[in-house]
Amino acid sequence: MRALKFFGLLALVLCLGAFSSKMAPVDDGYGIGDVATDFSLKNIDGSMVSLSDFTDAKGFLVIFTCNTCPYAMAYEDRVIALDAKYKPLGVPVIAINSNDPALNAANSYEKMKVRAAEKGFTFPYLLDEGQKIYPQYGAKRTPHVFLLEKTAQGNVVKYIGAIDDNYQDASQVKEKFVENAVDAMLAGQEIAVKTTRAIGCGIK
Amino acid sequence: MKNLLVLATLVLFLLFACGNVREEKKEGSLSGQPQYAEAQLDKGSQVKFPVYDFESFEPLLHKTDGKTYVINFWATWCKPCIEELPHFEKVNAEQKGNNVEVLLVSLDMPNMWKSRLEPFVEKKGIQSKVVILDDPKQHEWIPKVDMDWGGGIPATLIYNKDKRSFYERGFTYEELNVTLNEFKK
Repeated sequence: MRALKFFGLLALVLCLGAFSSKMAPVDDGYGIGDVATDFSLKNIDGSMVSLSDFTDAKGFLVIFTCNTCPYAMAYEDRVIALDAKYKPLGVPVIAINSNDPALNAANSYEKMKVRAAEKGFTFPYLLDEGQKIYPQYGAKRTPHVFLLEKTAQGNVVKYIGAIDDNYQDASQVKEKFVENAVDAMLAGQEIAVKTTRAIGCGIK
Repeated sequence: MKNLLVLATLVLFLLFACGNVREEKKEGSLSGQPQYAEAQLDKGSQVKFPVYDFESFEPLLHKTDGKTYVINFWATWCKPCIEELPHFEKVNAEQKGNNVEVLLVSLDMPNMWKSRLEPFVEKKGIQSKVVILDDPKQHEWIPKVDMDWGGGIPATLIYNKDKRSFYERGFTYEELNVTLNEFKK
């Protein structure tokens, strides 16, 4: 009987080991439930923008994006639509370009202004000067969305990941991850899908 | 004593069943092989490279033929990917005799296949096999490549029938060789 226990335990441990090794956290940076840092970053209009400026906001869609990434560009119209839908509900889009302009001139502050004007951005488009903010959030690629809920404790991370499940074709989207998350947050419900993955351009 | 034997068998069976979740998948995917040939034909007829959705692509990640496969995920718009491609090319050329095969999996978007991917592969004279993975349901298939993959590229999966490792980062030529050596043991 002791042998049974021993072997059973051994099998269990080995089995668990096989699975747990595959359950390591996906990203560094924030996880769901963490309090996200505020920042003061330069907007394309020259002003400095912080989350604390938005006194009436209920939360934020902090979206790390850039001027050049094909994935980020594929989502630009959808980001504008998110801002149009959720800013009036108290959850504005805050877009941040964290790429180092020194590595790619197309991601410069001047080019950010150009891109924002071309697309008619309705939200702040901030330069992460010195690349200090994106590592704290754990943003890895563009576009990378962090949904924050404003609470007494600070801005709490509620969702991390992709905007929806089809970058190629907005009409083929089956699951609108971000919209579902914001809707649930605003309704005071549990967010069903809290993290998602997507291919994107690494932030450099 | 007899009891112990039964027990040991049971435990072995359990271990086997546990460790071989992947094996089963492999067999399942083998029977699915003709599928990806079809996918290749109807979706890739206009491009030089085979085009897969993830379902048809997955068997390429689970071959058990004794070779070591280096599966590199890249795109022409990904600068660090382009920078490391020559290392993979070199390894592919040098290690062919050692049963090593490099597969370059392009994640370029459909509108780039003709305009960017084909000219790029031609211009660089790429010799490794190039395939296109075209499946927008990334949230579903990324974890099937590796549970720890957040979706960043370059990313590389190296596997053979005994060992499997995934790297969400770039490689130098030296690093690639050192890593590959671990697979030869």
